[in-house]
Amino acid sequence: MNAIITPLKTAAELALIQQFIAQKAKLSGDAATHAMREDAFAAFQALGLPNKRVEHWHYTDLRKEMRFIQPLADLPTQAQIIEAKAALAHYEGVSLVLLNGAFVPELSNIADLPQGVIFTSMADVLGGSRPDLLQHLGALDVAKGDHALCLNAAFMRDGVVLELADNSQIDTPIALISLCSKGLNVSSSARSLVVVGAGAKLTVIEIHEGGAECDAQVNDAVEFVLGADSKVEHIVRQDMAKRTLYLATVTANLGPKAEFNSFALVQGGGFSRRQLYVQYSGEGAVAGLRGVTMLKGTQFADTTLIMDHAKANGISRELFKHVVDGDATGVYQGKVIVRQHAQKTDGGMKSNTLLLSDTATMNNKPELEIFADDVVCGHGATVGALDDELLFYLMARGLPKPEAERLMIQAFLGEAIEFVEHEPMRDALNAEVDAWLSER
Amino acid sequence: MAAVLETVEQVKLIDVDQYKYGFVTDIETDKAPKGLSEDIVRFISAKKNEPDWLLEWRLEAYRRWLTMVRPEWSKVQYPEIDYQELYYYSAPKSTPGPKSIDDVDPELLRVYEKLGIPLREQEILAGVQTSKIAVDAVFDSVSVVTTFKAELLKAGVIFCSISEAVKEHPELVRKYLGTVISSNDNYYATLNAAVFSDGSFVYIPKGVRCPMELSTYFRINEKNTGQFERTLIIAEAGSYVSYLEGCTAPQRDENQLHAACVELIVMDEAEIKYSTVQNWYPGDSEGKGGIYNFVTKRGDCRGRKSKISWTQVETGSAITWKYPSVVLRGDESQGEFYSIAISNGRQQVDSGTKMIHLGKNTTSRIISKGIAAGRSDNTYRGQVSAHRKATNARNFTNCDSLLIGDQCGAHTVPYMEAKTSSAMFEHEATTSKISEDQLFYCQARGLSAEEATAVIVNGFVKDVLQHLPMEFAVEAQKLIAISLEGSVG
Repeated sequence: MNAIITPLKTAAELALIQQFIAQKAKLSGDAATHAMREDAFAAFQALGLPNKRVEHWHYTDLRKEMRFIQPLADLPTQAQIIEAKAALAHYEGVSLVLLNGAFVPELSNIADLPQGVIFTSMADVLGGSRPDLLQHLGALDVAKGDHALCLNAAFMRDGVVLELADNSQIDTPIALISLCSKGLNVSSSARSLVVVGAGAKLTVIEIHEGGAECDAQVNDAVEFVLGADSKVEHIVRQDMAKRTLYLATVTANLGPKAEFNSFALVQGGGFSRRQLYVQYSGEGAVAGLRGVTMLKGTQFADTTLIMDHAKANGISRELFKHVVDGDATGVYQGKVIVRQHAQKTDGGMKSNTLLLSDTATMNNKPELEIFADDVVCGHGATVGALDDELLFYLMARGLPKPEAERLMIQAFLGEAIEFVEHEPMRDALNAEVDAWLSER
Repeated sequence: MAAVLETVEQVKLIDVDQYKYGFVTDIETDKAPKGLSEDIVRFISAKKNEPDWLLEWRLEAYRRWLTMVRPEWSKVQYPEIDYQELYYYSAPKSTPGPKSIDDVDPELLRVYEKLGIPLREQEILAGVQTSKIAVDAVFDSVSVVTTFKAELLKAGVIFCSISEAVKEHPELVRKYLGTVISSNDNYYATLNAAVFSDGSFVYIPKGVRCPMELSTYFRINEKNTGQFERTLIIAEAGSYVSYLEGCTAPQRDENQLHAACVELIVMDEAEIKYSTVQNWYPGDSEGKGGIYNFVTKRGDCRGRKSKISWTQVETGSAITWKYPSVVLRGDESQGEFYSIAISNGRQQVDSGTKMIHLGKNTTSRIISKGIAAGRSDNTYRGQVSAHRKATNARNFTNCDSLLIGDQCGAHTVPYMEAKTSSAMFEHEATTSKISEDQLFYCQARGLSAEEATAVIVNGFVKDVLQHLPMEFAVEAQKLIAISLEGSVG
């Protein structure tokens, strides 16, 4: 078990090193950005690809899973843009579109952005147009040294940067849509940033789709900076194609009394991991992280989060529901840290899983790390199958078994979805659950 | 809540400097040369006149240990241990091996008297001591005496030191030693396999209910000595045994190493109840000295409907690294873990359990209470896993933590791994929680919220303490010297 392992680089790690050396000059950005890339890659190189010996990746062996490295995506071709346009046809509302990690103005409707929202492309920020924004990248203490974030910083090409002026109340949700072209074996790393001014309010919807008929490797990151008393609702839908290796990192830096609610519906990707890092930088901040993950076939999905209560009077709530069918594997790792001065913290974490088949697997690790004495923290975790008695109750009332099961799963997942405040989105998420259940 | 305040006050009163078992006994010893090498392993083996197979087993473990690195995943920090600066064997010269009580050095008997451990059978039989417990007393590296051996043998129960068992019952030792914790299981267990000096051996034959409580009392006395004991308990089909262990050590400025292994084997419908009151010297309030307690304890429920129950009260040691586990191999087997871990001063505790469900219809239950005070860190780390074939595996885990003061930390790290849909795992961890339903139930019957809380907490704590044998429960309560009621409130 504890034998000394000689730190040999895997083929994928060596390929990443070669890729970085060969491509770094061509990657976008000014001197400051390049220095950032070099530092991030050096940090990654020291760490290597994470494996199960790394406690934060206890159930997810990326080193084993990432056997080869796809070439970096080029700028989208006209044909790819036309294809993406077709895929976007059914989206309404304000959307900013990334294709294979690059921002595409002709697919986006920047002109429709509501008053008070300033848009910049990440490529511009990396190029040196806004050093004040660049400093937010990778600045969160709790996320420092994260494997995926380091790799993203080394290879990030583009992304969306949104700034919200103080006290702007934006009711229209803004959608960040990330698409991957069909049949294109590439890797992409988009980095987006949302800076919300004091007292402002915003709803951001993230949609990740595409990557059919190929083995795309996606490593995206979105960072939120919330000013005092601001409020952000963040809703994510991840429905990548089934062969995609997908890593996504969300960080949030919460100012005093800021409120951050993030919900994710995960049903895509062959091998995916969502990481959330929330840091309470001001007193009295509130964060609610929730999610629904539906897996089947041989899918693997990991949700890992760290809530870092560094300031007093913070509230955190996590609720994650997993439904695992077929030979799929779900992972949930949640860690709530309460630092010594973060008195009066109120933390509640819950992870519930339904295993629908005998070959499904769920691994749960809900952690509490508490250094303050005047806190209320708790976590609960359950894993089990559908309750036979409830099933019997419904069937005794005339519902056929599939219908009864469906009703129970809907109710189970609904407990998390109902926290989504944006109503049309909530309905859309429920509809997606229905669709997933119909295909079962 | 009043109960919480009371606990806070009482824990504050416990000063780590008040360790009452910190005395040193001046006794002439027979020691191995300092340091660790193949020669030392051979020396220990020769001292005990061991057969060749056991020496080979030790050497193989030693060679494996040399290739291992110490585990870093736990939330404890301690400097690199210089294994060449320790003595691996130390025995009181006057008592070279376990004999009858009359042959034991009176000085040694006085040590155990001072510790409150009854070794004189006559006194116990004459009613001087009220309870009847058979004791194996381990002093540094050797067992000095085992009481009530003859009486136990009448029932067919073998209770002796493991060195004696190697000589008298080699077939049993060879058959079972290392079958639960292999000689290369983990860093400290491997070290133990190489240099283990003594420990207890218990064999309960088929259908026998052990007529009395068995216990081992471990005492580290000598300076710079590591204690590496190995305990092996085998309960044949339909048998039952309750076993207790207690530990103390003198107050010294240097850290001392204790790396033990305990293996339990339970056959069809048999049960082992294993209780520990661990009170090694915890170091002073500045963290100087104290025992490093790295223990591997594992039970194997081999038979159908077998049962293992671990109960521990952990109050001592500078560092505790201990995860009593149960492998639920037999169908319908049961595993239980009840733990109260208290840390104060600069103590670091990383303890918990593992419940590995392999058989069908297996159940496990984990109740853990951690109380951290002073500048200590108290971590619960527990794993519950269900194998693909472990249909209908059930687990319930509850861990409560209480922090006293803002300089300490309480952490919970549970691992839940389910590979079958029929497994039902429930886990809850809180710093303050009493089920709303229960509160409502009590209040609906006329109790105030305060009274209702007291009733529920009282009942719950008693439930945990009840798992300790009677005599130990009293001792444990004295040792903790705080009202546990507050730890949930």
